[in-house]
Amino acid sequence: MMMQRTTRLQGKKRQKTPWSAYLYVFPMVVLMGVFIYYPIFVNFYYTLYNFSAFSLSHTFVGLGNIRLLLSDPVIATALRNNIFYCLISIGFQVLLALGLAFILEEPLYRRFSTVFRTTYFIPVLISMTIVAMLFMQILSPRGLLNSFLSLFGGKVRTGWLGRSSSAIFCAIFMSQWHSMGYTTMLFIVDIQKIPTELLEAAEIDGANRIQRFLKIVVPLVREMFFVVMVTTVSGAFLVFNDVYVLTRGGPGNSSTTLAVYMYDMAFTQDRMGYASTIAILMFVICVILALTQRRLLRTGKG
Amino acid sequence: MKKVTCSVKKKKIGFPKFNSSRNQWTLGTVIILFFLLVYFVLVIYPLIWMILSSLKTEREFFRNIWGFPAEFQWENYSKAWSMGISDYFLNSVFVTACTIATTISIAVLAAFGLVLYDFKGKNLILLLGMGGMMFSAQVALIPLYRVIQNLRIHDTYWAMILPYTAFRMSISLLLIRSYFLSIPREMYESGVIDGCSSLGILYHIYLPMSKPILLTVSILIAYYSWNEFLFSIIFIDSRALKTIPSGLMVFRDALNTDYALLFAGLTISALPMVLLFILMQKQFIRGLSSGAVKG
Repeated sequence: MMMQRTTRLQGKKRQKTPWSAYLYVFPMVVLMGVFIYYPIFVNFYYTLYNFSAFSLSHTFVGLGNIRLLLSDPVIATALRNNIFYCLISIGFQVLLALGLAFILEEPLYRRFSTVFRTTYFIPVLISMTIVAMLFMQILSPRGLLNSFLSLFGGKVRTGWLGRSSSAIFCAIFMSQWHSMGYTTMLFIVDIQKIPTELLEAAEIDGANRIQRFLKIVVPLVREMFFVVMVTTVSGAFLVFNDVYVLTRGGPGNSSTTLAVYMYDMAFTQDRMGYASTIAILMFVICVILALTQRRLLRTGKG
Repeated sequence: MKKVTCSVKKKKIGFPKFNSSRNQWTLGTVIILFFLLVYFVLVIYPLIWMILSSLKTEREFFRNIWGFPAEFQWENYSKAWSMGISDYFLNSVFVTACTIATTISIAVLAAFGLVLYDFKGKNLILLLGMGGMMFSAQVALIPLYRVIQNLRIHDTYWAMILPYTAFRMSISLLLIRSYFLSIPREMYESGVIDGCSSLGILYHIYLPMSKPILLTVSILIAYYSWNEFLFSIIFIDSRALKTIPSGLMVFRDALNTDYALLFAGLTISALPMVLLFILMQKQFIRGLSSGAVKG
């Protein structure tokens, strides 16, 4: 409509020919095509081959890489670690963060809440590499945590990162330390959008704090809740930086995750085809989880 | 709990606002405050410890892990800075600035085209533009490595700037486009009547009106490219081109056990984003929260 009107106004000026429209979107299309869509699609093709990063020869292996993936014990370890990551992150970054956001927005705590929420947010600003290097010193055999425990007579001789039973949990808890302030901030922004009259009215009707939280705040931030849930869950299955810098997947492969294992396969063992297969596995997991959660959100709405 | 609310209800007739149960301290609320404080200490103490340790000597760090440094070793900072942190720092600044410039230019052009024109395939392009948000870098990594090699930009700044731009494109496009949609169409038409070319309209009318959203988007991009790690360790080999997150790995490996120096390096590297946050808290929060909601 509008276009037609300007056409009439301006006679033969160039800008209404749709070609200029294509020129405007052209850079974006090329860039995203080359750096996002082409790699995603070609990845499926790569899983059918074995190849190395620096040679041109490809060996066709068909579904061999997928078969290998299904029987690889390290994949099982990595998946288990990713699932731990996911569950603990849901607990802290979704559930606890929502509760924390509600508490910080309560009038009772308001006079401290600026200090608290600003401080809780600081780790979010610090790059994961920095955080992980800091935590390596905290968790090392003679590090801060052990010397703190020895004040209470605890005799922990080994480092927390050197034991295969505890290494992954170090990475997970470091990640909560790093990111909980972020999701809390997201929930706070959303809770602030709730009209105060609503909470006051509920209070006059005799709703206590817990009732107000469950009956008013939770339903009203539901959409943000699902957004945070989806990003937390997919983030947990894609996690790389935290584990790579803190433990490199060690000791052994005990704290590896899918992304770290993929990196290992591709760039230390030069098995690019197999690494692509791991990438596909992560892709499939993320798509399935995102779709399930979207369905849950829909039914929640209905 | 119940008792408190009841008594408040009675008083409420007189003072509905100032005496509500939400303002009363009970055992429960004090316990909650205690946990808030514990979390506060858990967050802040490691950071304070990092700064204190960065001011110690190497021996002091091992001998006296808790205490204050006997003498502040400020030269740790200048040593760390000259041992490579300065290069990584400047690289980070450069790559971040370039990523902001390229992402904003390309996203602004695309958003303008998508908002003001009707053309064949518009919906498909919009879908492709927004769809980038669903894919994460990890999933496309191996083919992307090949693409970078084939374009012969491996181990150059472009190997970071272009993928960063691509992976920040969707969210930038989304935010800028929805802002452009809110600008009344009459603005465009008046530009046309005045004989302005469409690029001129974008530059003289749309861009000046969009400053707030461009700032928000820039912060979002800066936050991402300052902290990005995966691409920068894989696509960059030479030490001279590394940004802070990947450069710190080299820095650490070169240091052996001089952790005080390491902490000085970490503190310098953490500072810019924290400062940016303190200076522009409002925009920062707006940027990150709009980035999440729509991502």
